[in-house]
Amino acid sequence: MGGKIFAVLVVVIALLSAVPIITHTFLGASVTPPDDISTHGKAIDDQLSVTMAEAGISFLAAQLILGLFVWQFAHRKGGATKTFPGGATAMVIVAFLFVGAEVLALGMVGSKAWGMVYFQPAADNALQVQAQAGQFAFYFRYPGPDGRFGALHPEKIDEGNSNFFGLDPENDILARDDITAGELVVPVDKEVHLMMHAKDVGHSFYVRELRIQQDFVPGLDLSVHFTATKVGKYEIVCTQLCGLGHYNMKSYLNVMSQDDFDKWLKSQSN
Amino acid sequence: MSEMSVHAAVHAAPTSFIRKYVFSLDHKVIGLQYYALAMAAVVTGMVLSWIMRIHLVWPNSPVPGLGWLSKVGAPGGVVTPEYYLQLMTMHGTLMVFFVLTNAPFAAFGNYFLPIQIGAEDMAFPRFNMMSFWTTFVAFCILISAFFVGDGPPLSGWTGYAPLSAVGRDAGPGQAVGQSLWGVSIFVFCIASLLGALNFIATTLDLRSKGMTLSRMPIVSWAWFITSCISLLAFAVLMPACLLLILDRVAGTSFFIPAGLNVADHMQQHQGGSPLLWQHLFWFFGHPEVYIAILPAIGIVSHILICNMRRNMLSHKVVIYCMMAIGFLSYMVWGHHMFLSGMNPFSALVFSFPTLMITIPATIMTLIWLGSLYGSNLRINSASLFCLGFISMFVSGGVSGFFLAQPSIDIYLHATYFVVGHFHMVMGVAAIMGVFAGTYFWFPKMTGRMMNETLGKWHFFLTLIGTYAIFMPFHYLGLAGNVRRYSAFQDDFLVPLIPVHKFITYAALFTGAAQLIFIYNLIYSRFKGEAAPPNPWECTSLEWSTPSSPPPFDNFGGQHPVVYHDPYQYGVTSSTGDYLMQTSPERAGETP
Amino acid sequence: MATVLQPPKSEVEQEPPVGHTGGSGGGSRHLVPEGGPLGQVKDRPGEPTRTGIWVGLAAIAMSFAALTSALYVREGSGYTDWTHITLPPILWFNTLALVLSSITLERARVRVAAFMRGEESNRSVPMQWLNATMLLGLVFVVGQYFAWLKLRSQGLYLPTNPNASFFYVLTGVHVIHVLGGLGGLSRVMLKFRSATHPLRRSTMDATSYYWHFMGVLWIYLLFILWLKL
Repeated sequence: MGGKIFAVLVVVIALLSAVPIITHTFLGASVTPPDDISTHGKAIDDQLSVTMAEAGISFLAAQLILGLFVWQFAHRKGGATKTFPGGATAMVIVAFLFVGAEVLALGMVGSKAWGMVYFQPAADNALQVQAQAGQFAFYFRYPGPDGRFGALHPEKIDEGNSNFFGLDPENDILARDDITAGELVVPVDKEVHLMMHAKDVGHSFYVRELRIQQDFVPGLDLSVHFTATKVGKYEIVCTQLCGLGHYNMKSYLNVMSQDDFDKWLKSQSN
Repeated sequence: MSEMSVHAAVHAAPTSFIRKYVFSLDHKVIGLQYYALAMAAVVTGMVLSWIMRIHLVWPNSPVPGLGWLSKVGAPGGVVTPEYYLQLMTMHGTLMVFFVLTNAPFAAFGNYFLPIQIGAEDMAFPRFNMMSFWTTFVAFCILISAFFVGDGPPLSGWTGYAPLSAVGRDAGPGQAVGQSLWGVSIFVFCIASLLGALNFIATTLDLRSKGMTLSRMPIVSWAWFITSCISLLAFAVLMPACLLLILDRVAGTSFFIPAGLNVADHMQQHQGGSPLLWQHLFWFFGHPEVYIAILPAIGIVSHILICNMRRNMLSHKVVIYCMMAIGFLSYMVWGHHMFLSGMNPFSALVFSFPTLMITIPATIMTLIWLGSLYGSNLRINSASLFCLGFISMFVSGGVSGFFLAQPSIDIYLHATYFVVGHFHMVMGVAAIMGVFAGTYFWFPKMTGRMMNETLGKWHFFLTLIGTYAIFMPFHYLGLAGNVRRYSAFQDDFLVPLIPVHKFITYAALFTGAAQLIFIYNLIYSRFKGEAAPPNPWECTSLEWSTPSSPPPFDNFGGQHPVVYHDPYQYGVTSSTGDYLMQTSPERAGETP
Repeated sequence: MATVLQPPKSEVEQEPPVGHTGGSGGGSRHLVPEGGPLGQVKDRPGEPTRTGIWVGLAAIAMSFAALTSALYVREGSGYTDWTHITLPPILWFNTLALVLSSITLERARVRVAAFMRGEESNRSVPMQWLNATMLLGLVFVVGQYFAWLKLRSQGLYLPTNPNASFFYVLTGVHVIHVLGGLGGLSRVMLKFRSATHPLRRSTMDATSYYWHFMGVLWIYLLFILWLKL
């Protein structure tokens, strides 16, 4: 009796679990990645879909077979016990072939998507922006008309006077025209090279729509590059536990047309 | 002076209360002590998770009683953002270390490994006692973090540097609390190493006559493999904790780079590497999760075989798979660090063995499923939890498949997808293994049966409840719901709060269902139906002890001689359809 | 549903003859006299102690491997603060003391074995070798302390620079383990002299393996320190 209940339950649970994956909603909320606004995102999304299909089939098959076998074979009255044809050897072979092939395929295909993000350096003419993550805010810096960033002096950081990066414009010519902003404003369809600096502890940069996530590591000069393909405002959130304000550490990626961006940049310099 | 000769006469058990129940050398008592400690830890950890879940969906409502317990962390009963993270850190630390390493491995392993191999006790009984009490001390040090200064640390059970290393500047709990955490884990490592040493030496040297390694039951193999993994993993965590403590109190800079401005205080350290902490921690951390699951795999396999009344398609292949998993577990730690800033090429290097682990895991699953085919599985609480384990192991394992690929991890890293994955495999599957072991071995440990009706209710409510909690975690992850947030205020998170409410209700429901188990455990201990010596008709040596619970030296002065491999089921014999390993009878085949 | 079983037939195990070191004989372990104190628990003569020490040494080796990799990562991290320190010369003297102590311990072990076989009746010769080992071990420990004092006199403290940090950590962790080894040696010496809790071959062997490992480990550490720091 318990066996049959289990069998039914496990099948019902498996099927119910699959529903939100297929319908992309659960309890009224959308539970799927948001539309992709990046140039590399499609490769990631395709990878995700293929994996979901394979994982989903494996999951459903395994749970259904588990339910079926328990239904059929638990507490049976009499009857000779049968052995699964092929025995353990068959299982080993199936596992190696099936999983091995799957793994190789996904691994090899997936490395292309990974490579698009990480193995290619940023284009030479990419827009250079520096991001600084600190407890509990993101700030962004543009090099200004001279095209070069001033040096950072962490000991000079003074949030009260909006010197978030610790610049020293008095003594550092390069720092004088640097533009600091609380949002990451970028032109659409232009590659951005985001240099990432951590002020205090580890943080992370995550924009769901961009399919980008990268940790800020204190002491390391890290960077990511991306091209946003759609105008709009998208949330940037911190995903590396950084202290009590971690839940509230966010900013916006503001993708504008090239004209609007130029206007914005100009207005910041003044 | 000649060597002492060892005599086989029965030795009187210790008589004083202290020697019998407190500072006992008896591996059975020590096993029960570990179980009790794991119970205390799991109840604490579960209560912490309820507070967390309640806070997430009703952030401004006071939690009853909490204001009284913690005036600083929850003034008026409302959890502060830092307190949420502190609870989360303690939840993770308690569960991973004091529950998942203790219950399936130290508790059941200590109790049953010596008996299953025909030994009177572990190889080093005094080390064994020290192991337990050192673990207890580590537990006390950890819990004391609740009561000091501004509370426990908030850096998560993973304690990433520099957050965990710079001290008070980084936030509440990061002063004394974090140091206590570091010391507690360090002490825990010592205890675990002693324990692993004991398990290995016992398995290699104390097997009774006729008990060759290939005749050991699969669960003993699981404990043995786990102890080998444990030995090398904890040996790495220990120096890591030491270096962290030195960074915190001695001004060294192993993990802290130069130029950090933390809360307007320039840190005086320089040249350290936060990534070094991550490498050292995860080099331990990944094998640790296999330490959590392998004993459960062994327990579940062992119990299933007994209830199927025949061996698996091949229990030896399952043992080889466990070895393969143990071996591969040391090659994959970087999959926790795909986005950490380490060389992106290493991501691919780590991804490959991570995906490869799918193969032995799949083989085991297929063997379990294939063994069920044509079997005549007895349904009882223990076997139901084994089936639940298989279901959860598949569910949790499948989500790992996503996370093993760096390109997909770009999106899913640090979301609830990860949290769903590890809770399903560790928080549910491994615990189901513990439940299965409890229902199965309770008659041997106490001489009484647990109540089957209550057991079945416990199982079905837990199965439904845990799926209701953790399956939605994956949906949240796909939506990009970030983890370790104490509140959901971002634009894209607010619409997901109804999902979180559902999960919270499920969590409280499932938590309540565990009361059935606790009631069953306590009631059956004193009033349960008397158990026959071998209620499950199981062949392994623990069922051949002269009494339940076994006498002080396990076999009443005898040294069992083993004649058979562990799973002689489906044969004709004087005892029915099975042959005990210690029975000198030869097997006939069932027609 | 369970049937009542006959108690399993099992043979009363014959004790392995003295000196037997083979595989898996009987499992008799506990020789605790009724209500007796902890100190009278005797481990079984033979394998487990030796297996145990090899397993323990594997764990220790792994810990030092972790520390070594930490050192390599730190050194290779590209920071320019890797300032070489001069190893205090007393380290070479300490090394000599530790190596000699291994030699004296081996002498002691041979003598103890002969004594236990009954070939010698004089306890004092093996004891002298054990005492010598103990003394040389203490010389090592004290010498390490002087090495630290030398570094401190140069202004090199634990947090001063990464080289100093690793020097103190590596030598410090090693010395703690050596102190443990000295504890083991004391235990061996006490047991050797005791009539009620006699020394077993495996205890002697295990303690020796541990001690020799401390020597080998030290030579490895010295090499790393010299090479890298």
